[in-house]
Amino acid sequence: MAYLIKGVSILGAEPTDLYISDGVISAPVEGAEVIDATGLVALPGLVDVHTHLREPGREDAETVETGSRAAALGGYTAVCAMANTSPVADTAGVVEQVWRLGREAGLVDVQPIGAVTVGLAGKQMAELGAMATSAANVRIFSDDGFCVADPKLMRRALEYVKAFDGVIAQHAEEPRLTEGAQMHEGEVSTRLGLTGWPAVAEEAIIARDVLLAEHVGSRLHVCHVSTAGSVEVLRQAKARGIRVTAEVTPHHLLLTDELAAGYDPVFKVNPPLRTRTDVEALRQALLDGVIDVVATDHAPHAVQDKECEWAHARPGMLGLETALPIVLSVFGPRWDLIADRMSIAPARIAGLEGHGGDLTQAGTPANLTLVDPAAQRIVDPAELASRSRNTPYAGMTLPGRIVATFLRGEATVLDGKAVK
Amino acid sequence: MIKHLRSAGDLDAATATLILDTAAEMAALSGREVKKLPALRGRTVVNLFYEDSTRTRISFEAAAKRLSADVINFSAKGSSVSKGESLKDTALTLQAMGADAVVIRHSASGAPHRLSNWVDGSVVNAGDGTHEHPTQALLDAYTMRSRLGRLDGLKVAVVGDVLHSRVARSNVLLLSTLGAEVTLVGPPTLIPLDVVAALSKTTKVSYDLDSVLPDSDVVMMLRVQTERMQDSFFPSAREYSRRYGLDVTRMRKLPEHAIVMHPGPMNRGMEIAPEVADSPRSTIVEQVANGVSVRMAVLYLLLGGK
Repeated sequence: MAYLIKGVSILGAEPTDLYISDGVISAPVEGAEVIDATGLVALPGLVDVHTHLREPGREDAETVETGSRAAALGGYTAVCAMANTSPVADTAGVVEQVWRLGREAGLVDVQPIGAVTVGLAGKQMAELGAMATSAANVRIFSDDGFCVADPKLMRRALEYVKAFDGVIAQHAEEPRLTEGAQMHEGEVSTRLGLTGWPAVAEEAIIARDVLLAEHVGSRLHVCHVSTAGSVEVLRQAKARGIRVTAEVTPHHLLLTDELAAGYDPVFKVNPPLRTRTDVEALRQALLDGVIDVVATDHAPHAVQDKECEWAHARPGMLGLETALPIVLSVFGPRWDLIADRMSIAPARIAGLEGHGGDLTQAGTPANLTLVDPAAQRIVDPAELASRSRNTPYAGMTLPGRIVATFLRGEATVLDGKAVK
Repeated sequence: MIKHLRSAGDLDAATATLILDTAAEMAALSGREVKKLPALRGRTVVNLFYEDSTRTRISFEAAAKRLSADVINFSAKGSSVSKGESLKDTALTLQAMGADAVVIRHSASGAPHRLSNWVDGSVVNAGDGTHEHPTQALLDAYTMRSRLGRLDGLKVAVVGDVLHSRVARSNVLLLSTLGAEVTLVGPPTLIPLDVVAALSKTTKVSYDLDSVLPDSDVVMMLRVQTERMQDSFFPSAREYSRRYGLDVTRMRKLPEHAIVMHPGPMNRGMEIAPEVADSPRSTIVEQVANGVSVRMAVLYLLLGGK
């Protein structure tokens, strides 16, 4: 199938005609299906380095297929699926299963992330090499949901994955400092009587891990950075030349801990929503490149896991279908910045060739999304493609509508609707 | 009138004063031979207790019965709760039974807020996790006012495990609203972060009980669980008692008119010496009696008795 995307603005540039054929950006071809893209902006397909697809194990909350559809509708062409499934993705068998389910769904490239330790238990290293050489070709390893807290094990994992150019993505949370933690420790947690999750529990682990990465000459990726103090640690580490990359979620760029006031667990997430000061620091860090990418930490949860007491609720928020609108609302139409932080840099970190490419070059794999920046949308949980409904943005008016998404030249979304 | 009492912060000065004044009228009633009022006849009050609390449950039950309400006691033990029923499903059950008010005690902070989303009736917080216990604060304020004649300008020291205390949170909010000056006293490990900003700008914090006592009109001792020392909040029960316990020697540092309060249950010999608990300054038994009057006032006003 060939497409002519007519009058599209590539990254905000003057409108042009973009041809897609044979899965790549191409020279003009005859007989292409015309898509009127007047007023639309083309971005390289978004890449999420942090997604929870819940399959295998919690198919009542999300499946690879429903999560893939949500991703495509959000403008994504690739997502990295976290390992905290049931069973845990800590063997070649499980990562290959997830990879195969992603291929079958065919809406985005689903790149499995492997667990660092067996069962996410933090005791024994999983067979990282087997996952790396499996069909799933795993390069990112993470115990996300849990921190690799043991410093010796973390050091070994950082070293070990050098053999296949892997990277450890750390969920930075010193577990002894967050026992029973329910929300950011500070004024609001004190008022609400909820056990605090202190910022230092994140910052201390990041500080330790950048030093470990420096010591063994390895690459480190830091998941969902949430505090101003973490930003400072990362800024110094990067200035020293340490090979560290970091992500921030859309919700940490927008929402604050004040939202816990009504005890609605839709606002419960790990790491927790922080203060306005942290939000401002995270925004600046993303602008400065101290934080490299926006990652959703899309975390679907079944209704009963959120319609309960705050302390009994599972942490996590939906993110795939609202990430780009949130980033647009925070930073405005800064398309080069958005393309870098949401597509180019994440594709580089995850080692996903063919994503985050240059749309002005013929031959670039046609992974792209078309956005209408003038459109606005009121977030309605019932309309989301995810199997779950735990969006913290219900009722909010957000800018930007994803009109179409293409994966290797095939439309996955047209006219704002998933093609399958 | 407000619909729910989930936090002492729900009360402005006028509403809080109305509750205290109403409680005084209710107290006058308890001196009569027939203690019952017909005010809530035909109304249903559910006591939904997820935590054991004989004292508070009985107090609410007595209050509702003296107002002629129908009272249903629903305790987690032996109910469908122990079979894993969610709070929401329990709420829908109570809703279907037509509860006009639900009095809830729960180990999770914010459970009364959640409950109020799912029932049409009034929700009264009878203690939620480490959050609040607003009727305790009301009965404490009532006790202070009846002993000392006023609340405005009163200096109140709240001593002990503020971090885990729902009584402390509600007291700081209510007393500040009513013009009293609260000083929180305890080891730094048990004073929560940013507590002044979180609760009331007029609140003070001290780590030294001896320096606070001579200038206090009220000293309120909080229950301190000895288990806390396993989590490194303090080294031992004895050290806690030496530094923050109220014994006879310390009590002598209080001004002549000052009173000693405790929400109960007490750890005699830990945060409070038996001689202090049983001294004429102690209002501990009075607090229990006042609890019924205050809870009558709360139920009466929330359910539109006026």
